[in-house]
Amino acid sequence: MTTVSLMDFIAARDLDEALEAKANDPSSEFLAGGTDLMVEVNLAHHRPPSVISLRRVDELRDMPSNRIGAGMTWAELERGSHVGLAQAARTVGSPQIRATGTIGGNIATASPAGDGLPWIAAANASIAVRSKPRGERLIPWDDFFTGVKRTALEPDEIVTSVVVPDDIPSAQAFAKVGARNAMVISTVSCLVMRGDDGFRIALGSVAPTPIRMPRAEQLLNAERSPSEESLREVARIVSEDVSPITDHRSTEAYRRHAAGVLAMRLVERCLP
Amino acid sequence: MKIRFNLNGDERDVEIVGPESLLSLLRRDLDLPGTKDACEQGECGSCTVQLDGDVVCSCLVMAADAQGSTVITIEGLGTEDDLHPVQQAMLDKGAVQCGFCTPGIVVAGANLLEENPHPNELEIREALSGNICRCTGYGAILRAFTELAEQGE
Repeated sequence: MTTVSLMDFIAARDLDEALEAKANDPSSEFLAGGTDLMVEVNLAHHRPPSVISLRRVDELRDMPSNRIGAGMTWAELERGSHVGLAQAARTVGSPQIRATGTIGGNIATASPAGDGLPWIAAANASIAVRSKPRGERLIPWDDFFTGVKRTALEPDEIVTSVVVPDDIPSAQAFAKVGARNAMVISTVSCLVMRGDDGFRIALGSVAPTPIRMPRAEQLLNAERSPSEESLREVARIVSEDVSPITDHRSTEAYRRHAAGVLAMRLVERCLP
Repeated sequence: MKIRFNLNGDERDVEIVGPESLLSLLRRDLDLPGTKDACEQGECGSCTVQLDGDVVCSCLVMAADAQGSTVITIEGLGTEDDLHPVQQAMLDKGAVQCGFCTPGIVVAGANLLEENPHPNELEIREALSGNICRCTGYGAILRAFTELAEQGE
């Protein structure tokens, strides 16, 4: 006979209620789409003593136009105006996963394979977080993601939105490599943007956090229009500059190769 | 804690003690075994139900979070005497082998046809991409849905 521990469950109706509950008990876990938390509950027998559901918090979805609400689902982002993010959203899981999984969950979980994260890195976006005692703070993406499933989020804080800079380029392209088309966790993902300031290349699943490729970007931006030769050089530099690992999904060598190929292809797709 | 939600048209009050999934609530507590339990990580689609009009994996919905929601399972779509058109089409085309993926495919496919009565082949494949058939009987499943799409409503 196993003893059943009772769980505190708060279906927050608004952000204040969610923040208050989190301030009162920072060990509470936020539940958004459930696509990460419930896998742990089901397979790792993780039993959170206290859960705050965010599904009913409309403030995490209704945002000014320069922000993307943390509660936006992949199904909604798939139809959104940011081309590269819509492409990334389209590759997440399956229709079932996209109906509930949110970009806020992707950010807070901070898996290296999070499909929304390369777009955030390429956009130079900040993550808006909020706590009851200290209000809002904005954290640049490269300060926010600190390691594999590690972030700068304090125990009493919640991710509320992605703050998108005004100068975000409109030419954007995303691609990922995985074992099959639907329902796959990225082996390598890449997002390229091209704007007035040149190319931006961001990658996922090839380092503990999403990363940019400054050396490859500089090489591209030194030329008016990249030649065949410099595109191959970009692929070589990207393969060199990523720091992937070998795990059950792929090998370091394959990830290096695929990262270079994806970056080169997406740069081509972003050419005028 | 007690929650109330609408299950296949009936208001239900249930007691929830832990973080268990809606899938577990349906199968173990509410005696509705039509929704299948296979991977428990959102990868196979066998536990697909409709939650507030969306097709979701019930293994990834915390049962407590169903409070106030409307849930439709395979038992709410058709009965042995009154099959759902998707069930009839799958029978007609022999689109059932071991049957384990069938309830999830019926729920996902019924949702597709509600939203889009005349889907093309790509739309059918996409809508069913979260439902894995380990007998690999996709050809017959696709034929069943192609026929439904041609009929439309």
